[in-house]
Amino acid sequence: MTDLFLSMKNISKRYTGVKALDRVDFEIARGEIHCLVGENGSGKSTLIKIISGVVKPDSGARIEVEGDVILHHHSIDSILKGIEVIYQDLSLFPNLTVAENISLSQTIASRSKIINWRRVREISEKAMARIGVHIPLDEQIDNLSIADQQLVAICRALTSEVKLLILDEPTSALTRKEVESLFTVIKDLQAKGIATLFISHKLDEVLQIAEKVTILRDGKKIETLPSRGLTDEKLTFLMTGEKMEYSRYTIDNRHEEPLLEARQLSIQGNFRDISFKLYPGDILGITGLLGSGRTELAEALFGMNPFESGDLFIEGRKISIKSVQEAIRLGIGYVPENRLVQGLVMNQSVAKNIIITTITRLLNKFKLIDPEKRQRSITRWIKNLSIRIPAFDAPVHTLSGGNQQRVVLAKWIATSPKVLILDGPTVGIDVAAKSSIHDIIRDLAGRGMGIIIISDEVPEVFHNCNRIMVMHKGRIIAEFDSTVTTEEEIQNCINMAS
Amino acid sequence: MKNLFKHHETYVLLVIIVFSAIITTINPNFLTLENFFDLAKSYSFIGILAVGVTIVLISGGIDISFTAVATVGEYVMAVMVIKYGGNMFTAVLLVAVVGIALGMINAVLIYFFNIPTIITTIATLNIYYGILIVISGGKWIYALPDWFRNFADIRLFTLRTAQGLEYGLSIITATWFAIIIIAWIILRYTKLGRGIYAMGGSMNAARRAGFNIFGIQMFVYSFMGLMAGIAGLVQALLVQTVAPNSIVGKELDVIAAVVLGGASLAGGSGTLFGTILGVTLIAIMGNGLTLMRVSSFWYDVFIGLVIIISVGFSAYQRREKVKRTILVEGE
Ligand SMILES: Nc1ncnc2c1ncn2[C@@H]1O[C@H](COP(=O)(O)OP(=O)(O)OP(=O)(O)O)[C@@H](O)[C@H]1O
Ligand SMILES: [Mg+2]
Repeated sequence: MTDLFLSMKNISKRYTGVKALDRVDFEIARGEIHCLVGENGSGKSTLIKIISGVVKPDSGARIEVEGDVILHHHSIDSILKGIEVIYQDLSLFPNLTVAENISLSQTIASRSKIINWRRVREISEKAMARIGVHIPLDEQIDNLSIADQQLVAICRALTSEVKLLILDEPTSALTRKEVESLFTVIKDLQAKGIATLFISHKLDEVLQIAEKVTILRDGKKIETLPSRGLTDEKLTFLMTGEKMEYSRYTIDNRHEEPLLEARQLSIQGNFRDISFKLYPGDILGITGLLGSGRTELAEALFGMNPFESGDLFIEGRKISIKSVQEAIRLGIGYVPENRLVQGLVMNQSVAKNIIITTITRLLNKFKLIDPEKRQRSITRWIKNLSIRIPAFDAPVHTLSGGNQQRVVLAKWIATSPKVLILDGPTVGIDVAAKSSIHDIIRDLAGRGMGIIIISDEVPEVFHNCNRIMVMHKGRIIAEFDSTVTTEEEIQNCINMAS
Repeated sequence: MKNLFKHHETYVLLVIIVFSAIITTINPNFLTLENFFDLAKSYSFIGILAVGVTIVLISGGIDISFTAVATVGEYVMAVMVIKYGGNMFTAVLLVAVVGIALGMINAVLIYFFNIPTIITTIATLNIYYGILIVISGGKWIYALPDWFRNFADIRLFTLRTAQGLEYGLSIITATWFAIIIIAWIILRYTKLGRGIYAMGGSMNAARRAGFNIFGIQMFVYSFMGLMAGIAGLVQALLVQTVAPNSIVGKELDVIAAVVLGGASLAGGSGTLFGTILGVTLIAIMGNGLTLMRVSSFWYDVFIGLVIIISVGFSAYQRREKVKRTILVEGE
């Protein structure tokens, strides 16, 4: 086969406690669009890191790029071979400008030791023009939204003579529309002979774009298949080895007193006249496009960005929430959207991260942490959320992305709040884990908790919520009862608004 | 105009102007060229160290050991030139070699043992300084050669006061300015300089992007060492005695000046212009309080207050910025 770009044989990687990859063979042809799927912790990111040279495979591995055997030691080796990676965490420089971030690979690759600022701008402008985006060149990265940051990362990858573009979960922070334009870019690149390898948990997207799909399970390669003829169910089955059942969530609770009631909540420029009631046992879905004000609403309810007008009642009592501490005291929990930035102490152990919010409940009569209670609490959460960890004391950053997300969830669920707000609870989580997280959410609701799920994914809110509100431009434009609506109806409502 | 107020530097500059105005109304001697040239000379020592510290902070690290490096460099230089003779060139060479060597040791320890920089450099501070005290017995050196004394008085140009007193731009101040310009060029216009910012912004991303992390760290800590060596020499020129215990203990003054200028202890941000302002502010406060006959004990209290206000203010600005981005996305 002459048109093979990358060929990897016998790739294994052992970390203390886990075998992240186990004798995997893998190849990509020139200009191919290839997808890598698998459950959280199945080794996808690790495989990519080996391709890029950030992680060294165990001995016995053989990697060829365009027929040359390469000894990967540094990421610069693979960059020079035309392999560009956009990592799950984007790996941008938050303190530098858009232009510098985009042109950086070029700067490093160039032989000159001097920076030419005019060229920096030219390179960035050219890269942005290539995919038709406009982001202010002098803006600092940490002032951008995640979606824009992602575009910057893509532009950066396009500045060099790229032959293989690797994207680790590129779509998890993008709206549907942005995903479509990303796919157009990928197709464009393909026309230029550039191959793309990408990881995603959204199987419908995988089937839409990929020509070939490789499935990993527990570090082993299950199969590489052409995507034609594959279905969601088949893929899920290959990934997990089991069949998924979807059921709906319904509950009859209107006779009770509402846990939370909002009347005409507003914040200038964020959202307006938001009114709703949340009953015990409710799972209320809030959907709508990114930027519809749903995250801002959640932050207001959690005291991060207090609302300016309107009234809020908890169990019939009128309250005002001015700070996060107050919100927590009133029994409100919030799992933020951006799992990597907020909520985790990355170099502390999984165990410590989980118990951080509930530490006062684990004290013994001397006000010291009771080791037995601590152990029980940790084991329980790790088991309940089936968090896959190398060891109890492994630092969080050694976990796969999806497993980190579960730790965040565990941390907040462990506080057993009255009202739990989950913003994108399953972004970046594999299908099997998704359903286990949904089960946990239902179980919590069943015990009288009121839950608000904010999500892009209509199927997610449709299947798991008994009521669904659609937000657009800061207002609630529609409300559905899930027993009398359909997925299509909700989707149409969103599409019509935009 | 609006852009101007996004920068930390603008606020420091405003504070400097306000302070200067207050001091001048109380003691008009403050706002004289003579006083400024004097101040610039005596704060060259802190100023040179601050350049090194700025670069270390931008790279995401911190160096505490520079006062010890300065002391060792100064002492070795003094002993050697007294024993073997020499000239200003040998003196500079000596402090440079000692400074860079000790800085390189820091870099190697930091890179290979992967110990937090603050811990590494606290340890090396004690080691470098301890060894010097053991070997030297803590003896002061007064008998510096004549050429050394004379060098300190060189001025690039000379002016006269109405009373006929001479003053002007000292060669020491000029050295400080030259260092600032060189460092500015490195930070702004070289791959290495941008690598330092990148590494400070995200070590992981820098490694993935293909920067040579060890090389960058080697440069950063050697440069800090070089600055410390030169600062040691400047100190000897300014006071014309070499006292092993006169520099160690000033670390925090220097770091305070740099942080005042907007460099973040978290790495990735900071500018030389900010650092110049930070040093200026500290100098003006020290000098101004003296001119206003305020007890010098108040000086430390003032510095502490200004740091808290400055750091607190930047943190507040950052929070406001986050709020603003939310607002934009909501519309
Ligand atoms: N530095 C490390 N030290 C120890 N174990 C690690 C390290 N990095 C990854 N692992 C382990 O290797 C396994 C595979 O991780 P990897 O990140 O490749 O998963 P993934 O397929 O990308 O998952 P996700 O979909 O959640 O991102 C996981 O069990 C993870 O805990
Ligand atoms: Mg991953």
